[in-house]
Amino acid sequence: MTQELAIDVRGLVKRFGSKTAVNGVDIQMPRGQVWGFLGPNGSGKTTTIRMICGLLKLTDGEGECLGFDIRKDASLIKAQTGYMTQKFSFWTDLTIRENLEFVARLYRLKNASRVVDETLDGLSLSKRQHQLAGALSGGWKQRLALAAVSMHHPKLLLLDEPTAGVDPQARRDFWDEIHRLSSNGITVLVSTHYMDEAERCDRIVYLANGKKVAEGTVAQIIDMSGLITFRGEGENVRHLAPQLEHAPGIDHVAYFASALHVSGSDRSAIRHALDQLNDDGADWKEVRPSLEDTFIELKARAGDDTRQHA
Amino acid sequence: MTTLARILAIIMKEAVQMRRDRMTFGMMLVLPVMQLILFGYAINTDPHSLPTAIQMEEDTPITRSIISGLEVSGYYAIVERTQSDMESDSMLARGDVSFVVTIPKGFTKRLLRGETPQLLIEADASDPSASSNAISRAQVIVQRALAHELYKLNGDPQTAPPLFELVIHPKYNPAAVTQYNIVPGLLGVILTMTMVMMTSLAMTRETEQGTMENLLAMPARPIEVMLGKISPYVIVGAVQTLVVLAAAIWVFKVPFLGSFWVLSLGVVIFVIANLAVGFSFSTFARSQMQAMQMTFFFFLPSLLLSGFMFPFRGMPNWAQMIGEILPLTHFLRIVRGTMLKGADLHQLQPDINAMLLFTLFMGAVAMVRYRQTLD
Ligand SMILES: Nc1ncnc2c1ncn2[C@@H]1O[C@H](COP(=O)(O)OP(=O)(O)O)[C@@H](O)[C@H]1O
Ligand SMILES: [Mg+2]
Repeated sequence: MTQELAIDVRGLVKRFGSKTAVNGVDIQMPRGQVWGFLGPNGSGKTTTIRMICGLLKLTDGEGECLGFDIRKDASLIKAQTGYMTQKFSFWTDLTIRENLEFVARLYRLKNASRVVDETLDGLSLSKRQHQLAGALSGGWKQRLALAAVSMHHPKLLLLDEPTAGVDPQARRDFWDEIHRLSSNGITVLVSTHYMDEAERCDRIVYLANGKKVAEGTVAQIIDMSGLITFRGEGENVRHLAPQLEHAPGIDHVAYFASALHVSGSDRSAIRHALDQLNDDGADWKEVRPSLEDTFIELKARAGDDTRQHA
Repeated sequence: MTTLARILAIIMKEAVQMRRDRMTFGMMLVLPVMQLILFGYAINTDPHSLPTAIQMEEDTPITRSIISGLEVSGYYAIVERTQSDMESDSMLARGDVSFVVTIPKGFTKRLLRGETPQLLIEADASDPSASSNAISRAQVIVQRALAHELYKLNGDPQTAPPLFELVIHPKYNPAAVTQYNIVPGLLGVILTMTMVMMTSLAMTRETEQGTMENLLAMPARPIEVMLGKISPYVIVGAVQTLVVLAAAIWVFKVPFLGSFWVLSLGVVIFVIANLAVGFSFSTFARSQMQAMQMTFFFFLPSLLLSGFMFPFRGMPNWAQMIGEILPLTHFLRIVRGTMLKGADLHQLQPDINAMLLFTLFMGAVAMVRYRQTLD
């Protein structure tokens, strides 16, 4: 059973003092897939990833990563995992080549210098290999980091917001690389805030307040949320937003160029609110909620949830 | 008006930040207290109770009164009685005693006959400030003791004090050149400061810049990280040693009587001891700033209690006990011993052992404290 799962963790809890960062998270992730790890800032993504690769002790819970106990076999897990930290954590005062060589040596790769040459080639960084890593732009730093953490042919990649603050072209290149690695059989868990990236994943795990509040494919998550969205189009539809934002039954309103999305979980309540509007310039239709609408709804619900329990 | 308000706002912010930073706050309180204690009590410009060996070749009421006179004066603490010159020499070389007082055979008879016998005091003058006061008082102390004893013998207070010659042999640094003592000692001080600081900074920099997470995510064992981090600085320490030694020998003309290899062995162990301290500190410090503070916390007592600043034997007992723990104390004995006294490995063995013990302990602390997780 565990052999088919790259990650199999149950009831992960992590407390820092009185603060509970992760509160009972289960993840069962099969090998060879690409999963997205989503959730608002501070929801516990980084902490969960750190526990999975043995960088943080668990307060509670148990599990295996690549078949090894995450509480006892951290060193075995590390040898077969590549972990890319949220903040660039290579040595800015070493050159690109020196960074790669250091990593290659720590993993005791055979023919380290040839592997580094190939990696530099693959990154098209051969010409700049003697520049300091700190001098690279954000996008290049992230590509260097990905190359560095996959140089030892790990079975699992844990990527923590690898594309934050990177331009669209660089993000696309980065994801092409993720899919190339995945097609070689590597399992990838990647945390992100970008919807388009979430849609590139086989499956999504969504955290809020340290708890897993949704898991599934994009379509499943939208369906499961039970969210109802109406789209209104028209010249002056935007001026209606202030009225709608506080109307009963409407959880949130999202602006688009000449359209509004209003969402909630009760269809007739939304219809009622829309009927109350004394403006006939807008044309309202029910549409399929976007992933973004769904996440905003999930986050709001999780917020309500904790407020009740607090 | 506005300026005052702004200043107040800044003061309050600083106060809050200071209160949150327990470490700095503690240091600010503890450091002055430590300095007060050390400067106020440990430092003794007129060292008393210096350990003294007596080589008494005859035992008469007169010689006994000389010895008790020395002891009562408070300058000399008689800790050993030796039989042979060889034994006394080696005690002096090791630094076990600061003085050897020799009363030769026939002293009493010649004194009573008025033949002006000799009384010999050999002093460890490698640290001139330690021994000079005791030496300058010796003449008076012995004279008084003799006068008293003779008065008891013949009951005549008018008798002229008997004549004797006090021979002083300042050994190791006969000209009492202070630099001879300070320059070799400086080697130890410089090594302590830089070795402890550099390792603790190198480790905490990783934590501060977030690269520690990367390092921990890769399969490196604590011992590997520790040795890898420490080794480059052993070389730095060796270079520093050569520079200071070259300056000592060619610029300050400090004599080098002993073995270069014995000194090298001492340097290597001493450097590793200090690196282990730095590494241990880095496992406690959360920032480079804290690492710096801890370095000073270690450096200050090393400077004051090792015998570098003040004569070791002149310090109160508790200060000597702390001093015995510090590697700098033993290193100073080794470097002064090899350079100024020509001490050999056998004589310096206790100091080598003490540094080794310290290194093992600090290494163990570092290994136990080093975390393989980010907790
Ligand atoms: N080392 C730590 N000490 C104290 N609190 C922490 C620590 N690491 C994370 N947290 C807290 O735990 C919560 C979850 O953080 P994190 O896992 O970084 O979330 P995410 O990666 O989803 O943004 C946050 O509230 C954060 O402040
Ligand atoms: Mg994070």
